[in-house]
Amino acid sequence: MKLRPSTLCFAAAFLFAAVGVLNANEKPASSASMDAPAPVILIRNATILTVSHGTIDKGDILIKDGKIAAVGGTLKAPANAVVIDATGQFVTPGIIDCHSHIAVDGSVNEGSVSVSSMVNILDVLNSDDVAIYRDLAGGVTTANVLHGSANSIGGQTVVIKLRWGQPAASLPFEGALPGIKFALGENPKRSNFRVNGAPERYPATRMGVEETIRGAFTEARDYKKSWDDYNKRIAAGEKNVIPPRRNLKLDPLVEVLEGKRYVHAHCYREDEILMLLRVAKEFGFRVQTLQHVLEGYKVADEIAAAGTGASTFSDWWAYKVEAYDAIPYNAALMTRRGVLVSINSDDAAEATHLNQEAAKSIRYGGLTHDEALKLVTLNPAIQLGIEKRVGSIDVGKDADLAIYNHDPLSAYAVVQKTLIDGRVYFDREKEQAARPALEKERKDLLEKAKKKQDEEKKAGAKKPEEKKTGEKKPEEKKPEEMPKPPQGEADLGGAR
Amino acid sequence: MGRRSVQPRLWAFVLLGVWTGFLAARTAWGQGGEPRTFAIRGAKVVPVSSAPLENATVVVSRGIITAVGTNITIPPDAWVIDGKGLTVYPGLIDGFTDVGVAAASSTAPSGDAGARQQPGISRGPEDRPATTPWRNAADEVNPADPRVESWRMAGFTTVIAAPKGGMFPGQAAVLDLGGERAGDFVVKSPVAVPVSLQAPGGFRSFPGSVMGGIAYVRQVWLDTNWDIQANAIYEKNLRGVERPKYDRSDAALAAAIGKHAVVLLPGNTSLQIRRALRLTEEWKLNAVLYGAQMGYDVAPEIVARKMPVLVDLKWPEAEKDSDPEATPSLRTLRFRDRAPSSPAALNKAGVKFAFYSGGISAPKDLLPAVKKSIDAGLSPESALRALTLSPAEIFGVADTLGSIENGKIANLVVTDGDLFDKKTRVKLVFVDGRKYEVREVLRPTEPPKGDLTGKWKLSFTTPQGQEEATADLSMQTDGTLTGSVTSDRGTGTLFSGWVSGEKFSFTINIAIEGSSSDVVFTGTFEGTSMKGSIQAMGSTFEFSGTKPTRMAAQAGGAQ
Repeated sequence: MKLRPSTLCFAAAFLFAAVGVLNANEKPASSASMDAPAPVILIRNATILTVSHGTIDKGDILIKDGKIAAVGGTLKAPANAVVIDATGQFVTPGIIDCHSHIAVDGSVNEGSVSVSSMVNILDVLNSDDVAIYRDLAGGVTTANVLHGSANSIGGQTVVIKLRWGQPAASLPFEGALPGIKFALGENPKRSNFRVNGAPERYPATRMGVEETIRGAFTEARDYKKSWDDYNKRIAAGEKNVIPPRRNLKLDPLVEVLEGKRYVHAHCYREDEILMLLRVAKEFGFRVQTLQHVLEGYKVADEIAAAGTGASTFSDWWAYKVEAYDAIPYNAALMTRRGVLVSINSDDAAEATHLNQEAAKSIRYGGLTHDEALKLVTLNPAIQLGIEKRVGSIDVGKDADLAIYNHDPLSAYAVVQKTLIDGRVYFDREKEQAARPALEKERKDLLEKAKKKQDEEKKAGAKKPEEKKTGEKKPEEKKPEEMPKPPQGEADLGGAR
Repeated sequence: MGRRSVQPRLWAFVLLGVWTGFLAARTAWGQGGEPRTFAIRGAKVVPVSSAPLENATVVVSRGIITAVGTNITIPPDAWVIDGKGLTVYPGLIDGFTDVGVAAASSTAPSGDAGARQQPGISRGPEDRPATTPWRNAADEVNPADPRVESWRMAGFTTVIAAPKGGMFPGQAAVLDLGGERAGDFVVKSPVAVPVSLQAPGGFRSFPGSVMGGIAYVRQVWLDTNWDIQANAIYEKNLRGVERPKYDRSDAALAAAIGKHAVVLLPGNTSLQIRRALRLTEEWKLNAVLYGAQMGYDVAPEIVARKMPVLVDLKWPEAEKDSDPEATPSLRTLRFRDRAPSSPAALNKAGVKFAFYSGGISAPKDLLPAVKKSIDAGLSPESALRALTLSPAEIFGVADTLGSIENGKIANLVVTDGDLFDKKTRVKLVFVDGRKYEVREVLRPTEPPKGDLTGKWKLSFTTPQGQEEATADLSMQTDGTLTGSVTSDRGTGTLFSGWVSGEKFSFTINIAIEGSSSDVVFTGTFEGTSMKGSIQAMGSTFEFSGTKPTRMAAQAGGAQ
C-alpha cells in the first residue's frame, strides 16, 4: 500500500537501494523467468540455510516434482536432472511476506463502511501486477495479501504464491486457511483524513472501534443461530421452512467463530492490542496475527499467552501519533518473551529487501542468524498455517527457494534465482538477457502504432468532409474502466 | 434504382423526403405513404444463413420477408427497386447499446433506505446502490433519440438496448430502429440483464472498490435466489409463515431471469474475462461476456465454458493528444496492437460472438472498426455474421432476425458494394419492411463570409399561418454550425449545420405530429439579416430572420 507522505522519503531511499531496481515492468511472454518446470533439479554446491536445522556448507538440494526430495552433502544427480551450479552462493527458503498489498486489482480498501467483511481479495487478485515479479526478484515466494486498514473489520484475505505468468486463479496457496483483516486505532476511526462529501463515519474513537467489532460479532452469533435453528428444523423433517437469508458480511465472521478463518489485525498501541485480545476471548476466537503491533514489546507476555503471532516492521515509526512509541528492538524483545514474530513489508518496495529487514534484528536486540532469518521464513509460515509446506529447507516441503550471491543477511546480498514449486520464476541472468528483446518489441510497437496513426491522419486530410460529419456526442465511458477511488483517500486509508 | 431524385445542391443538405402534406394527419410512418410491398430485383443478396445469391430478388411485404431467390415472381402490388449494382444484407445488429433508450432519470440508491440515509450514500448491499433492474428498455424507448436515425443510416436496423447507468441499470430489449410510437420499436423484451462491476461509491458510499462491486453483485444474486425460494414456500403455506419482505430489485431480477433473459457480465482484459468466467460458474448464470478485447489471450478458456461473447468495437488506442513523452508499458502496447485480432481468435476457437458499439459514439466509425478485425484475420463472412445472425442467436431472436430468410422480419441494408469496403455507401435501409433512404451530407466549399453566431429571430408562414422561431446559433471558424431552434413546436438541436460563403444550411429534427421529422433551413445572410427556405416533410416555404444585437440596442449602436 502507498505510504503516507511522511514516510515517503524514507521509503524512496529503500527503493533505490533495492535489489537492482527492475525496470522490466512487463510480463515476459516467453522469456527467461518463465521456464517450463523441470521435473528434477539439483542445486549443487551451495551454502544451505535450512532455517530449521542449521547451515550446510557446500551442500546439494535435490528437487523432484516441485518438492524438496533430498538435502545434504553431495547428492547424486539423476540422469535427467537440471543442475544449477550454486558454488559460492546461498540458498534460503523462499521469503514469506506476512503483510502485503500487491497483486490487487483496484483499491485494496472497501473504505465506505466500517465492516467490509463481504469483500474478498480473492475476487480481485491481479496476476498482471508487476510487483509480483519485483517481489520474486527480492526472494519472496509467498505473500499474505491483505485488505487495507480503512475499517474496524475489513475484507477477506488470501495467501498467494508468486507464480508470475500464471492466471490469477493459480496464485492462491493451496490449502492455506483464508483470513480477514481487522484494523484498530487511527485508520478505522479516520483520525488522519476526511472524505469530502461523506458524512463522518462511525466509529470516531477507539471505544467505537471496539463496539463495532463487538456489534458485528454479536450479529454474526445471532446469524449463526438462525442457521443452526433452520438446519435443526429441516433435520427434524419440517417442511415449508423459509431459510435465513445468506449474508455475505456475516458469513466470514461465522467462519472466524468456527476457527475456519484467521484474523489478521492491524494495530499499534498496547491498549488496543489488549482490547482486541479481550474481545476475541469473549467471543471465543483467536487472533491469529497482530499486524504492525509496534507497541507489542510492552505487552509481549499477554500476546504470547493468547497464542497470537506478531508481524511487525524492523524500524519504521513516528509516521503518525500512534506509531511514536515504536522501537527497532520490538521484534527481538517479543521473540525473547515467547511471541512468534515475523517481519513484513506492507509495501511493494519494502518487500524486495525483507532479508535486510530481518537482519536488523541482529543489530537491534541480538537475535541469532537463524532467528533473524526465521522472521521472514519459518515464522510467517507458522503464522499463516502453512509451515508444513514452506518456511524451511526440509525434505518433503515445497521447493520454494531463493538463491543469493552472498549471505542473505548481508547488505550485499542480491537474489540470483527464485524458485516456487521447483520452477524457476526469477533468474537474474536471463532477466537481464531478455531486456533488449523486450525493449526492441516496445520500440517496434510504438513505431507501428505511429505509422498507422500517420496513415489515418493522411487519409483523413484527403477527405476532410468525412472526418467531420459524425454526430458529436460525449465520449462514453467503457464499463471496464473502473473509476479510480479518490487518490488521497485511498492512500491514507490503507497506510500502515 | 427507384429512389426519387432530388437536385443535390453543392452546399446544402439533401433531404430525400416524400411529400405527405406538411402537418397533415399521417396515415403511414417511416417516410410516409409508401407501399407496404417492395421487391428488390436483380441485386446481390447475402442472406448470411446461406450462400450469397447473384442477380436475386427479395420481396418484402407488410414488414416480413416473403420471398428470396433468383427465380421469384414479383407480386403485382410491389414497389420494384432495381437492384443492379446493389447488395442486400440483413439489417445489422448492435449487440449492446443504449441507442433508442431515454437517459437515466436517477441511479441513486433505491432500496428500503431509512430516513437516516443521506441521499447518494449507500451503507451496504441492503441499500441497493446504483441498482434499477426494474427499468426496461422496452418501456423507455425514445423515438426522438437522434442516434436512432444515425445508427440506422449506418446500416444498423436493430439494437440490443438497455438503460444506462449503475451496476444493474435495467433490462435490455431488442429494438428495431424505426417506428412512429415507442411500442413499434420493441421486438422482444426482456432479453438481457446487464451488470456492471463499476463501483460508484469510492470512500463515500458502498461499494467503492472492484472487490466491493463483486461482493455487492454476489449478494444481489443470493438475495434474488432467496426471493424465488422464499416466495415459493410462502405461497404454498400462507398461514403461519412469516411473509418474505418485498424487494423491488430482487423481484425484477427474478422475473427477468424467469423469462430467460441472459446476464451480461463485463470483462475486457484477460484478467477480467477469467474473472467473469469464474463468477458465471459460481453464480450459475446464463451469462454473456461483454468487452472481450483481450479475447486473443483467453479464447480457448471462453469456448471451454461455452460462453457467448460481445466484442467492444472501440479498440484501445493512445488517447488523442496524449503526452508525447509518455511511455506506455509494453503490455499496453501489445494490447493496442492485438485487440482487433480478438474476433479472429474467438472465431477460430469456436466462440459464438457478436459485435457491439461500446465506446463508439459516431456510427460511421462502426464498420471501419469491424474492418480492423478483418484486417487482423477475421473472415468477412464471420464479421458479417457477428453483426447479424450471431447476435440474434445470442439474444434468442434468430427466429425472426439476423438473416434474409422467408418469414423473417424485413430488416435489410442495401449498399452499393461490399459492406466492409471503405468506398461503399449504404443506399437504403428497411426496418420492419419500411424503406428509409440515406441522406448524404454535402460540404461547404468556401470559407464563411461573416459570423452567424448569435440569437436570430426567424419568421415564416406555414399552412397554419404566421409563425416565429428563435435560432440560437454558434459558428466555428471553419463554418461549422451548432445550436438549437426553438418555437411553439418545441426545441430542436442542430445535428448538422454549415456556413459556406454567404450561404448557410442547418438541420434540426423535431417531432411533428408525433413523428420525428427533419427540418432543413437553407439561405443566405448578410450582417444581421438572413433569408431563405425551410424544407420539412416535403414542403418548402420562405423564411426571414434578423439578429437583434442587444449591444446595438443598449449602447446606441456602438460596435
